[in-house]
Parts: sequence; structure tokens; C-alpha cells
Amino acid sequence: MFKFFEPNKIFLITSRAFKYVLFLFIVVLSIGLTEALILSPEDYKQSHAVRIMYVHVPAAWISLGIFSALTFLSVMGFIFKNKNLFLISKSLAPSGFVFNIIALVTGAIWGKPTWGTWWAWDARITSMLILALFYVMYLVAWRIYEDQEKVFKITSLITILGIINVPIIKFSVDWWNTLHQSASINILSKTSIHVSMLFPLLIMTAAFTLFSLLIFLMKYNTELIKLKRKGLDRL
Amino acid sequence: MINEIIFMNGYGLYVLLAFSFTLFSFTGLYVLTKIQYNKEKDKFVAKFGALNPEKANSAKLQRINKEILSNASSN
Repeated sequence: MFKFFEPNKIFLITSRAFKYVLFLFIVVLSIGLTEALILSPEDYKQSHAVRIMYVHVPAAWISLGIFSALTFLSVMGFIFKNKNLFLISKSLAPSGFVFNIIALVTGAIWGKPTWGTWWAWDARITSMLILALFYVMYLVAWRIYEDQEKVFKITSLITILGIINVPIIKFSVDWWNTLHQSASINILSKTSIHVSMLFPLLIMTAAFTLFSLLIFLMKYNTELIKLKRKGLDRL
Repeated sequence: MINEIIFMNGYGLYVLLAFSFTLFSFTGLYVLTKIQYNKEKDKFVAKFGALNPEKANSAKLQRINKEILSNASSN
């Protein structure tokens, strides 16, 4: 099963896929921005401020998704002693962190015209901030620990502790009284958002996903080149 | 039309600030990652160039090394 994850095979794919992903990202982002800023309707209550949703929500979704992927890959890497899964995980983290910051900052910008404040210690905002701290710990751990075994253990531990926060973020709006509204988009039950707003939201989510794939490809190739450079010493 | 897109009933500043911050973050992360990638590739090429011919030939047998070198020469 893990033969697919062999660096040699992946490098051939990732090094060639980059320009196609970049092209697709530019196309999808252009469509998304046109939809989000011009074509989508304004909200009857929030007016044009609702447009911030098109960057805030996809960023939050992707940062949560990437953190869940980090945990899964780290745990699998630890169980199956597969270093490459840790490399994939390490390469995904920077874009996850940046999306987390985007979600926090655009949330603050959205908060000012709708709630009248840039920041509130609301359950969802606070739990998103905690997620950002877990991202920071994860990224710092890779920088400060030289010993590979140690860094694998520590980053796995960070992701396992951090994943506890992910369902808290998701259900915080149901468990506590928060400034955030309940989810408008549900996979299992009825979605309450109108299709004219859902479409740009999904397009922007696709664009953001392509961006994280783009960063992942570059980061992963950087890590592989680093490994191969060290390999030249052993010739 | 242009005025409506920019001012957005008084919400233009917030909306454009949020979108600008997002695009600025994208550009920053992209540029930083690209710099790291190019730096690492240059280090690899420099180290490869310092190898003696026998070792260089042996290293070239690995497909991934060949791919890195061809990527470096095409940029």
C-alpha cells in the first residue's frame, strides 16, 4: 500500500504537476473572485459585508482539513514507520497555518461591521486561535529538533493533542452561546444557504484547495531535494 | 458600476481589506516557498557539481537526481 508513497515515484509526479496546478489555480481563482466580488448577490441583512464569507469560510474549512490530515498522516507514519508520510505532513502544514491566520484575520474584519467589534472571546474564535497555536508548535518542532525520531514523536503528539480541538471548533456554535451562527452548509442535512451564494463559496473553496496543493508540491519537492542532497554525501 | 464594486454600500473597505489580506498572504507564502525551493535546488546542483565523475555518474543513475538536475537546468 505504501509503495505509492515512495519519494522517487512521487517526485516525478509532483515536479511535473506543478505548472498544471498553477494554471488551474489562476483560472479557478479568477472565476471565484468575479463571482464573490461582483456577481453574487448582497445579503438582505449584512449587505455587501457577506462577501467576506467567500474568503473566511473556505480558509477555515481548509485549515481544519489540513490539520486533520496532519494528524492522520503523522499517526499512520508512526504506526507503519513510514518517514515519507511525515514529510507529506510537514509539507502540508505551512499552507494550513496560513489559512488559519487568514480565517482569524478575515473573521476579525468581518466582525467589525456585523458585530461591532474586531475581536471577541467567542468559543469558535478562541478555539480557532488555539488551533493556530498548535500549528505554530508543530512548525516550530520541525525547526528545533534535529533528531528525526524525536521530531516524529513530538509532531505526532502535537497533532494528536490538537485534533481534540477540531470537533470543539466544529460544534462550538451548538454547544455554547456564541456570536457565530450555526452551520449553514450541512452534508447530512438540509443546507440553508442559497445556491447563488453557495456556488461562489464552493468555487473559492476549490481555488483555496488548489493553492494549498500548489504550496504542498513545492514544499514536498524542497524536502525531497534536501534528502537527496544529503544522500550525495553517502555515495 | 465601478463605484458600487468599490464602495459596496459602505462595506467596501472591510470587504476589500479581507480579500487583499488573503491575496497578500497567498503571494507571501508562494514567494517564500519558491525561494526555499530554488535555494535547495541550487545547493543540490552545487553539491552535485563538486562530485568526482565516478560518483556523479553513479548519482545520475537515480531517476530522481536526474529529474532534479533537469528541472534546475530548465529554470
